[in-house]
Amino acid sequence: MSGPANPPEPPAAGRGGNLGPLRLHVPEPHYRPGDAVDFRHIVVPPAGAQPRPDETCPPAETFALCNDLIRVLDEAGRAVGPWNPQLDPATLRRMLRMMALTRAFDERMYRGQRQGKTSFYMKSAGEEATAVAPAMALDFEDMVFPSYRQQGILITRGYPLVDMINQIYSNRADRLKGRQLPIMYSARSHNFFTISGNLATQLPQAVGWAMASASRGDTRIAATWVGEGSTSEGDFHSAMTFAAVYNVPVVFNVVNNQWAISSFSGFAGAERATFAARAIGYGIAGLRVDGNDPLAVYAAERWAADRARSNMGPTLIEHFTYRAEGHSTSDDPGAYRSAQERSEWPLGDPIARLRDHLIALGEWSDDQQAAMDQELAEAVRAATKEAEKNGILGHGLHHPFKTMFEDVFEELPWHLQEQAEQAIRERRIKWPEWKE
Amino acid sequence: MTLEEAPVSLHDAPGRRLTMIEAINEALDIMLARDPDVVILGEDVGYFGGVFRATAGLQKKYGKMRVFDTPISEGGIIGVAVGMGAYGLRPVPEIQFADYIYPGLDQLVSEAARLRYRSAAEFIAPMTVRSPFGGGIFGGQTHSQSPEAMFTHVAGLKTVVPSTPHDAKGLLIAAIEDNDPVIFFEPKRIYNGPFDGYYDRPVKPWAEHPDSVVPEGYYATPLGKARVVREGDAVTVLAYGTMVHVAGAVCAEKGVDAELIDLRTLVPLDLDTVQKSVEKTGKCLIVHEATRTSGFGAELSALVQERCFWHLEAPIERVTGFDTPYPHSLEWAYFPGPVRIGEALDRLLGH
Repeated sequence: MSGPANPPEPPAAGRGGNLGPLRLHVPEPHYRPGDAVDFRHIVVPPAGAQPRPDETCPPAETFALCNDLIRVLDEAGRAVGPWNPQLDPATLRRMLRMMALTRAFDERMYRGQRQGKTSFYMKSAGEEATAVAPAMALDFEDMVFPSYRQQGILITRGYPLVDMINQIYSNRADRLKGRQLPIMYSARSHNFFTISGNLATQLPQAVGWAMASASRGDTRIAATWVGEGSTSEGDFHSAMTFAAVYNVPVVFNVVNNQWAISSFSGFAGAERATFAARAIGYGIAGLRVDGNDPLAVYAAERWAADRARSNMGPTLIEHFTYRAEGHSTSDDPGAYRSAQERSEWPLGDPIARLRDHLIALGEWSDDQQAAMDQELAEAVRAATKEAEKNGILGHGLHHPFKTMFEDVFEELPWHLQEQAEQAIRERRIKWPEWKE
Repeated sequence: MTLEEAPVSLHDAPGRRLTMIEAINEALDIMLARDPDVVILGEDVGYFGGVFRATAGLQKKYGKMRVFDTPISEGGIIGVAVGMGAYGLRPVPEIQFADYIYPGLDQLVSEAARLRYRSAAEFIAPMTVRSPFGGGIFGGQTHSQSPEAMFTHVAGLKTVVPSTPHDAKGLLIAAIEDNDPVIFFEPKRIYNGPFDGYYDRPVKPWAEHPDSVVPEGYYATPLGKARVVREGDAVTVLAYGTMVHVAGAVCAEKGVDAELIDLRTLVPLDLDTVQKSVEKTGKCLIVHEATRTSGFGAELSALVQERCFWHLEAPIERVTGFDTPYPHSLEWAYFPGPVRIGEALDRLLGH
């Protein structure tokens, strides 16, 4: 086949002047295993220096705050500035207790996985404030749509530890009947939406729930959580768009813990803009918060919740924090990041910071802290023992076989009925002694 | 009133003659009036009334809180519908064409279908996703697809395809009332009149078809129950949607004493009706417009083979679309029309 009758002139040599060849930018984290860490590139503004606009302000007025970092607790452990939520000591102690309980629970469950009592666990070490403080700032009736790292919400809302452990062990008392991977809790009684393994799907769902609430003239709002890595999912975009279009009473919590398994936040776009700044493009209010400052997190969540409740629409809060441990029990962070990152992290530890604040107020002491830590460890241990009576994974105490086929549909259709009978037949062959 | 209770001859039944679009519009109207939890959302469904007019007049009648337009985001539409269902509403999202349902697939497969199971029934997704599907309208690659097999493969979803105005109304009402997520595929080729596959003949309006007599008011056609369109002894023909009419016309023209079954619901399937028929006829022809490989016909064929093996007098035949994207100019070479069906019938009856 011949070419066109009048072929275009071939490009002249050196076309594009002195420009070199194009180059693809593939982000690279600052530090890899073995590197010394220097976090001076992270700008940490002084606590108390960030203005607090009125909750009813236009979204654009929050733009400066999207590139700032709202902080309340200063280096001396004092609560300062306009974002200080002025919580009473009893509330502060409760917040400290819930964060410490979350950490104690994580420690115990992590060990349980290592001991073979369950298949999987995910800690939230270093991020306790981003779940506990919002749970305290929201109303109990507000529906939360969490990701997998907000166990602090369930704990703060008073969900029984034994039930959490039963789920982790997939035992015969597991309320989810052993169907779900450990930590994928569901607790309608505590207005805690069923956790999905599929990332970011909860964002448009939270928006839809809040749309329903608003369309009914209800007063409840929705709050949802997502990691910074998952903001790359399409559902983040659709959720933000719908939230803006219908002025939906929802709070988006983006927990920027710097890491999505082995990928640093640069692979979610952090090199170009803060995650809070994404809100502005949608016409949504945005706040960027020191995620290891429980009082700043509380104040921001309260601001956003009040805004939503007064029909001023959605808010996106970026919680700037650090995932102190591995992604999960299946992950070894030593393979992709410097071990020094955790110790050098400039925003410190949320529990230590609130503890120091209470001590500075004269409302707490190291002795009280030590006693509380011991008490909480004991409480978790007792709950674990209690749950183990219902069985641990793989030791045979689980829900009856037929429950595997229930709840796929409201009623059992013929094909699932047949398959359930097959499972029972197989059980009789494999375990002739089995009694159910 | 269910179909079973309806008069045997709908010619004589009380009711008006409606097109499928009018019947769907009426079903939505009735459910919006009956149940304050029902809400309709989708692209262009509100003020404009839908690109196929399925939601015409509903926003005016029920207000913007009940019937509203959405951003162009299928993932968002399905995702917010899941959230609305979790709140306690009964959403009826529309996806403008089944070809565009894929951006919502994660929300349908990973979320809507599994919500009840993974939460041990704490949360449910009582939603009905309406979507026009099927070809025969020169829709080309992205306005003609029949993706039902992608949904019948998903545990937790029900899949429904009506073939008449009567069923469209009754099945849609049943789907909306159902507490499980339902994919409701509307064959757009037969929105305004039945189609017998003879694209070169004048189009007949629904008014000339007995199943366009649609009772007024509320009635539900139960999900999971097939309809025997025509009883016969020579061969069992399994079809749904547009292909019910195409297969029926071919059998009539060829004078084949076929038992024509309109499946109506693919999941859960009315296997009893299928099995009884094939045991009687000993032969089975499966017709669908979707591509062949791993299409729903493969599941039907496997089930018939498993259940009716000793009754079969000939290999089960599948007449389907070809395993290519839906072409534009060669639509009638692609469409599983009278020639392809006739050939398969000849093979079956020649055995």
